[in-house]
Amino acid sequence: MADVIDHPSRTAAAETRAATGYNFAYLDEQTKRMIRRAILKGVAVPGYQVPFGSREMPLPYGWGTGGIQVTAAVIGPDDTLKVIDQGADDTTNAVNIRSFFAKTAGVATTEKTVEASVIQTRHRIPETPLSEDQILVYQVPIPEPLRWLEPRETETRKMHALEEYGAMHVSLYEDIAKYGRITKSYNYPVKVNGRYVMSPSPIPKFDNPKMDRMPALQLFGAGREKRIYAVPPYTRVKSLDFEDHPFTIETWDQCCALCGAGDSYLDEVVTDDKGGKMYVCSDSDYCEQRREAGHVGDGGDPAYAARNQIPAGDAPAGDEPAGDEPAGDKQ
Amino acid sequence: MTAAPAFRMPDPLLQVRGLTHRYGPHIGCRDVSFDLYPGEVLGIVGESGSGKTTLLKCVSGQMEPTEGSVEYETRDAGLIDLFRMSEARRRLLMRTDWGIVYQNPRDGLRMRVSAGANVGERLMAIGDRHYGHIRSEAVDWLERVEMDIGRIDDMPHTFSGGMQQRLQIARNLVTKPRLVFMDEPTSGLDVSVQARLLDLVRGLVRTLGIACVIVTHDLGVVRLLSHRLMVMKGGNVVESGLTDQVLDDPQHPYTQLLVSSILPV
Repeated sequence: MADVIDHPSRTAAAETRAATGYNFAYLDEQTKRMIRRAILKGVAVPGYQVPFGSREMPLPYGWGTGGIQVTAAVIGPDDTLKVIDQGADDTTNAVNIRSFFAKTAGVATTEKTVEASVIQTRHRIPETPLSEDQILVYQVPIPEPLRWLEPRETETRKMHALEEYGAMHVSLYEDIAKYGRITKSYNYPVKVNGRYVMSPSPIPKFDNPKMDRMPALQLFGAGREKRIYAVPPYTRVKSLDFEDHPFTIETWDQCCALCGAGDSYLDEVVTDDKGGKMYVCSDSDYCEQRREAGHVGDGGDPAYAARNQIPAGDAPAGDEPAGDEPAGDKQ
Repeated sequence: MTAAPAFRMPDPLLQVRGLTHRYGPHIGCRDVSFDLYPGEVLGIVGESGSGKTTLLKCVSGQMEPTEGSVEYETRDAGLIDLFRMSEARRRLLMRTDWGIVYQNPRDGLRMRVSAGANVGERLMAIGDRHYGHIRSEAVDWLERVEMDIGRIDDMPHTFSGGMQQRLQIARNLVTKPRLVFMDEPTSGLDVSVQARLLDLVRGLVRTLGIACVIVTHDLGVVRLLSHRLMVMKGGNVVESGLTDQVLDDPQHPYTQLLVSSILPV
């Protein structure tokens, strides 16, 4: 086999930080080239699932093997990496993947969205808008949006090729017929650039509008299913819906109990065994930035807001219909 | 007095020429040719293994024949060979201009989605994105196949065999096809349900002017529904003609045997 090819921008500084015995960012250079080719193809055909030779990674399938391989292929020594899991920087998955790349690539890591150049994510898109010089890498468990309707891979590929997406609406029809509204609240299917129907990975539908014309490059890696797909910057991403039942996002009638944010995705946190609970931002960095800037929430006490006159900007926007969606309904 | 307009025979909807299909060394069907005209019902009868279903699958584009051609009169571009057009176009044709009613409703229905969604699927497949419209079309078609509207949100597996067949018919007719293929639509149903279903199909075919190819081993079904008849045996068409002509004055020994083996009630 060929000798290990040095990463072209390998610097002495990164060399000293990275653990010895590994190639830069764990994967060998040939594998990274193969993944980059798949990524380029994915960018060229937005939303199309490109097969790639997924490698065994030192963690189980379902823990982000696809995302890690994509990150390893795009990250350079000068990049700053942020990893989030369900919006938080301090959960097991996020902490482990961050330390994995700190160790094998010697890259700088951060918890701040604005400082990161590569963000690997599971189940959320950061609340802070992303910019052109950032890459968002999603961990994807099941890349095929048609899988639950059509178990045969040969058939789903044909359906994508011939743009036969009627079956996708059948599941939305069923929701409305049964519950009066579309109840799918995460992994909500989208159409990319008016052509391919794509699974956005299990992000809440709250995050779907953020994908539309996002300035950052969005890459999706599914390790077990061996698929990579991409949404290039400023690409149209439309959530599927009916004309008379348009797509809507979740809303809450609370603000974040810690920072008072009314525009972020809220997690329900149970505080005691007597039915006590509070709602806090799922994006831990966003919540922290707000608290540092002096914003405070009601601490879980609904009367607090009334007593302490929370600034108007922090209250939920008045035009949002509040409370028609049960909070914390993500699965 | 005005002169009656000269009668002009319409162009055939489907032209089958020299169609042969082999399964390895075995013959499925051999050298079958026929024309089907708009609004015409053609019955194909024969015993099990005589090549009826093979012929139907080839003619309906589900299986490519070994030899021969199947040409269909498309709405926009005239006669086109089914197996020369692009697959995308053939599949579009199959779910808009055609209908296929299977013997086993499980092959033709989505068993895990409601009756309404089954009827609406074709509409959504051709781009209907208005829930209210899809819903009202579904209600309309369930009424036309004489089903209980109250069961529109029930799963097909909770339906009786006869209702499943009705649902299959509604699901196929919702895009107003010009040609419907039916493979043993009534076998597996008891006689009273059969009779009601046949009555329904006859009414729909007549009022909507749909051309139909029905494969069956039941001579009663073709007697009731079809205008013309083809009798198959061992992969060959042994006799064809007008239905009453073939059934009342059978020429081929096999047809004579078939006609004489109907059990009198």
